[in-house]
Amino acid sequence: MTVPVVGGPGGRPPQPPLVQLLTPEGERVEHPDYSIDVTPDELRAFYRDLVLVRRVDAEATALQRQGELGLWASLLGQEAAQVGSARALAPQDYVFPTYREHGVAWCRDVDPVTLLGLYRGVNLGGWDPAEHNFHLYTIVIGSQTLHATGYAMGVQRDGAVGTGDPARDTAVIAYFGDGATSQGDVNEAFVFASVNNAPVVFFCQNNQWAISEPNERQTRVPLYQRAAGFGFPGLRVDGNDVLAVHAVTRAALDRARRGEGPTFVEAFTYRMGAHTTSDDPTRYRIEAEVEEWKLKDPIARVKALLARTGQAGEEFFAAVEAEADRLAEHVRSECLAMPDPEPVSMFDHAYRDPHPLVAEERAWFAEYHAGFEQSGVDESGLAAAAQAQR
Amino acid sequence: MADTRQADIKHFRLPDAGEGLTEADIVQWKVAVGDTVKVNDPIVEIETAKSLVELPCPFAGVVTALLVAEGATVEVGTPIIAVDTAPGGPEPAPATEPVTGANGRTAVLVGYGPRTTSAARRPRRAAAALQQSVTVAPDTVAARPESVAAQPESVAAQPAPAHALAKPPVRLLAKQLGVDLTTLAPSGPGGVVTREDVEQAARPTGTASGVATHHVTAHQVTTVERETRIPVKGVRRLTADAMVTSAFTAPHVTEWVQVDVSRTMKLVGRLRADRAFEGVKVSPLLVVAKALLVAVQRHPGVNAAWDEASREIVVKHYVNLGIAAATPRGLVVPNVKDADRLGLRDLAVALNALAATAREGRTPPADLAGGTVTITNVGVFGVDAGTPILNPGEAAILAVGQIRRMPWVHKGKVRPRWVTTLALSFDHRMVDGDLGSRALAEVAAVLEDPVRALW
Repeated sequence: MTVPVVGGPGGRPPQPPLVQLLTPEGERVEHPDYSIDVTPDELRAFYRDLVLVRRVDAEATALQRQGELGLWASLLGQEAAQVGSARALAPQDYVFPTYREHGVAWCRDVDPVTLLGLYRGVNLGGWDPAEHNFHLYTIVIGSQTLHATGYAMGVQRDGAVGTGDPARDTAVIAYFGDGATSQGDVNEAFVFASVNNAPVVFFCQNNQWAISEPNERQTRVPLYQRAAGFGFPGLRVDGNDVLAVHAVTRAALDRARRGEGPTFVEAFTYRMGAHTTSDDPTRYRIEAEVEEWKLKDPIARVKALLARTGQAGEEFFAAVEAEADRLAEHVRSECLAMPDPEPVSMFDHAYRDPHPLVAEERAWFAEYHAGFEQSGVDESGLAAAAQAQR
Repeated sequence: MADTRQADIKHFRLPDAGEGLTEADIVQWKVAVGDTVKVNDPIVEIETAKSLVELPCPFAGVVTALLVAEGATVEVGTPIIAVDTAPGGPEPAPATEPVTGANGRTAVLVGYGPRTTSAARRPRRAAAALQQSVTVAPDTVAARPESVAAQPESVAAQPAPAHALAKPPVRLLAKQLGVDLTTLAPSGPGGVVTREDVEQAARPTGTASGVATHHVTAHQVTTVERETRIPVKGVRRLTADAMVTSAFTAPHVTEWVQVDVSRTMKLVGRLRADRAFEGVKVSPLLVVAKALLVAVQRHPGVNAAWDEASREIVVKHYVNLGIAAATPRGLVVPNVKDADRLGLRDLAVALNALAATAREGRTPPADLAGGTVTITNVGVFGVDAGTPILNPGEAAILAVGQIRRMPWVHKGKVRPRWVTTLALSFDHRMVDGDLGSRALAEVAAVLEDPVRALW
């Protein structure tokens, strides 16, 4: 069986309408329902976000290949979908990410180094979700859509919806991938969000591949059309167009904040790299497909627009490049300097309050570990932990 | 040596490029000794059980040594390259300094890179023998197998297991009796040290050497006395899994037929002489392939797959014709996509390309996927056929034996004729004896008289 080229020219049924405001060639186009006025400063800020996020991602991938991370899920190709949507969020809005939302984390001011801690295995997330209104990464596929829906229903019950106060009205956004749409959790979240009119935006990054499973093995209708069956609007946006994603997400978030309920946004994009560093996409997809999506690169089109309209010059691009290199160096050196956690630290956050069973297990574990002889390592941490439990 | 310059040689150890991989093959070096490298420059391509990946350099400097050769299989944690990160002086120091790989973390189970810090755990009271030089590079261990049996002491050169497996009560017992778990030969399932092992070791009987010889548990090929142990991995592992899956899920039936292929041999000769086939290698396999395609066209049920999940038989209306090939990496079955749509000449070209690519070990994964029916040409090894095992997911596989001159009754007289044996295995869930027999008879008929292909 040959794998059809998704979104390819010829041999495919016509693709459904796609909201686009910036073509792959960097031409601004208009859309009847969505428009955006973007200042040169804003456009340059988008460009900077996109480049920095990609650079962090590349550095993390390299660190994994050097044995410094156990795993990394690359966002390569999905920068615009993440940056465009996350930059539409208000401070009080709340984000429920998957494990690939490094670009969203960036926009929520989470230090990229913090993200690496999880993938290096030295912490279980490492950032305070309440500080950034950015939940911890969710590894289980799709379950965060339920968390988001529940949170949104809580927001609703707090009366933080539809007040007309822009500093108070709150929206929730759940990120997930195309593969997650096949999960029960996601469909349950749609049901709850719909019947409760919850202020939540379901933001699906359709990157065409659920690991090795292509779209056509997951759905017979374009994903956004599923929303209609649940009773809320859905639409497809060019996920590689940062302006269109921004405009569409902003409208969906506004709608949620006004109390008009959920929206399904399908950001049509492409995973340029492997699913994770443990995956080899050449085993299941053809190179021609990747080549085709290279032409739709989310960064190149913004750069083309900036350069052609004279909104940025060589010195700006060079400055962003230099900043990216500095950021990468920061990520690298901080990653290498991360201390290994004490083995017993895994018990630290099992419960918020002291818990006798956990304390007992912790003490046993500490003692078990103390049964090994260490050479040249400070055991005082373990010993102290064991002592503390007695 | 009065070298004022302080070379700062750093070693890059093979990381776990997937999750829980313990080894990788070095495919190709991208740098050479003396090259200047920057952080993240690609230095080497490795192949793991999961994928082919390029490793970026973690250091900036000058390459002073490539510590493993292309083609070698290397355990995670083994130093593979030495980089002088403070170059600029006279000549780089030779990278012969010992690297403490053996007792550090070797078999990485999940994720993390190899450990280089001093935090490596050492077992309590390591036996004196085991404390000897553990700086021998793992690959040299495998190179001197005989001495292992002859002199138990040299076992010390093996990378000692960093961590013995034992249940906590057994650990406690060992601790109390002063027995080092890592010096014991585990007798429990999965290499677990049992209570009995500990108790026996604590008894004051001098069987130390006997115990030690059991310690040969390296991952490399190890020859002990009259056996050679070859690790099962890579293509061999895949082949084994595929064959077991196929043999024990698809009930196989194999049928045989001997056939006079003299007319096929004549046709091969004619094609070789034909200008239309100039530059194209023509072999009897081409006609066999054509004959199978004809048989499939007339009996499409043999070109099918079993879909257990939906309880359906999936009859394919296209033929991706697989050809089993012995390659440097082992048995692979690349297939010619949509072979049924190819004319004879294009089919010949496709088959030749497939074989050439496979022999070079460069078959792309896409060529290996999606086969619908397979030919295995065991005749090239000089045998008369066999009972082929189905390529998993396919309904039929045709084995072709050697083609040789045999006495054969031809037009009422015994004549020397070109004769071969065909064997067709089929999945009896999908293909009944009736259908399988007809398909095989069709192949035979076409080979006996290739003109039948035109019917």
